[in-house]
Amino acid sequence: MMQPVFNRKHLLGIRELEVGEINHLLDTAETFRDVSRREIKKVPALRGRTVINLFFEPSTRTRTSFEIAAKRLSADAVNISVANSSVSKGETLLDTARNLEAMAPDCIVIRHSMAGAPQHLAKICSAPIVNAGDGAHEHPTQALLDALTIREHKKHIKGLNVAIIGDILHSRVARSNIYLLTKLGAKVRIAGPGTLVPAEFAELVEQGVRLEQRIEDAVTGVDVIMILRLQRERQDTAFFPSMREYAVHYGLHPEHLALAHPEAIVMHPGPINRGIEISSEIADGSRSLILDQVSNGVAVRMAVLYLLAGGGRSEVEEVIGPKSNGKRKHRETRG
Amino acid sequence: MEFVEKARIMDGPRINRALARLASEIVEENHGADDLYLVGIRRRGVPLAERMADKIADLEGDRPPVGVLDITLYRDDLSTVGAKPIVNRTELPGDIDNRSIILIDDVLYTGRTIRAALDQLIDFGRPRRVQLAVLIDRGKEHRELPIQADYIGKLVPTKKSEIIKVLLREFDEDEGVLIVERPATEVV
Repeated sequence: MMQPVFNRKHLLGIRELEVGEINHLLDTAETFRDVSRREIKKVPALRGRTVINLFFEPSTRTRTSFEIAAKRLSADAVNISVANSSVSKGETLLDTARNLEAMAPDCIVIRHSMAGAPQHLAKICSAPIVNAGDGAHEHPTQALLDALTIREHKKHIKGLNVAIIGDILHSRVARSNIYLLTKLGAKVRIAGPGTLVPAEFAELVEQGVRLEQRIEDAVTGVDVIMILRLQRERQDTAFFPSMREYAVHYGLHPEHLALAHPEAIVMHPGPINRGIEISSEIADGSRSLILDQVSNGVAVRMAVLYLLAGGGRSEVEEVIGPKSNGKRKHRETRG
Repeated sequence: MEFVEKARIMDGPRINRALARLASEIVEENHGADDLYLVGIRRRGVPLAERMADKIADLEGDRPPVGVLDITLYRDDLSTVGAKPIVNRTELPGDIDNRSIILIDDVLYTGRTIRAALDQLIDFGRPRRVQLAVLIDRGKEHRELPIQADYIGKLVPTKKSEIIKVLLREFDEDEGVLIVERPATEVV
């Protein structure tokens, strides 16, 4: 029998994960997708457990998704939204974390505008930490739900051509997706305005990631097009002349879709800026999987919470008598 | 892990005959196969349910539907097991409301698996009746919950230190039921 292959305490990023761990997360998520399709959308797996959603950045979709995921596993979900204050962020985070720890949560889901905040929390908290997006660093559950969506429609990921278009610089979604897709054997191309494709991505070229200047070159023949949200709130410096110019050069339009594989799918992590990075015609069209991504998000987060907050909390396996040991090793003997 | 094989209590043909008898008992008790719905508990309850459905089809003409339960998310020991068990699919095609459900598993021991299966079943609907069929009943003295089987392939009184291994060709190279014991020297 296959052994569980995800034994990490935290989910901080995709970069450090092994292929087997990613596949195990996706396989587990697939079974959890069924739960959301039942009449009673709830299983008792995390009964009595507490999940804290600690959001230092505004988020509706991700926070709600984690909350629903926790509730469908019978865990109690508590949402804490902390507006960014001028207080030194390291200090605030540390204090908040200590206070939360005192309430004995079984898992803390954190979103923070500073890269590395979840890693910091993981060092000082005993509860498992899930990174729900940290600065421009990583957003692992988004990459996992994207992979689950691709797998659902294309049956596999290896060998697929995937174009990631847009504001790569500010995008944790792009980073996590590039790590995940290349690990699973997809061929990734990225394109965006030169000012929004950071120099550090040049090193990815060695790993087989293709950098393209023009959206037309990026999407030609691809199986999957991932459009990134133009993060208007982060455009405090002039990265490009105007929204209109961005929409003209890097917005996805029907003529671009015609260049892609005839069965190409279009994805977007949301929320979409209609008419800027994606035309409404495509966003609402038959090739768009934007709402499938949202459904799969709940399944992926259920899998993550189950794997991190479910099961024993002790590092050493408890010995609870010969019968239970037998049960654990051999399903044949279970009651 | 190595085991010491103590006895081989059933071979392939005996398993087959036991299933045939169980199938006819089920049909007799339920006055036919009209409302029957078989549900196998993963893992080895599933091939047993499939085989039972074939035998009921031989007797009655119609093959009852077969569903699959994975009870992992309903286990009462999730908080104490070390590694998180793999979650497999639960598939109950169609509607279980007002059906006569036959839950099928290979071994009945503490009764905790059946408790989990019942809880899960009830989350899917309201069957008219739920009955339990097992290939091996390890005896009432091991029961930790008030759960008994309605149909029993073979009653095998065992000690706690013993393990019943059911081998089925769908999963194993061999077919049979063994009583094995962990070597006394091994520390688990």
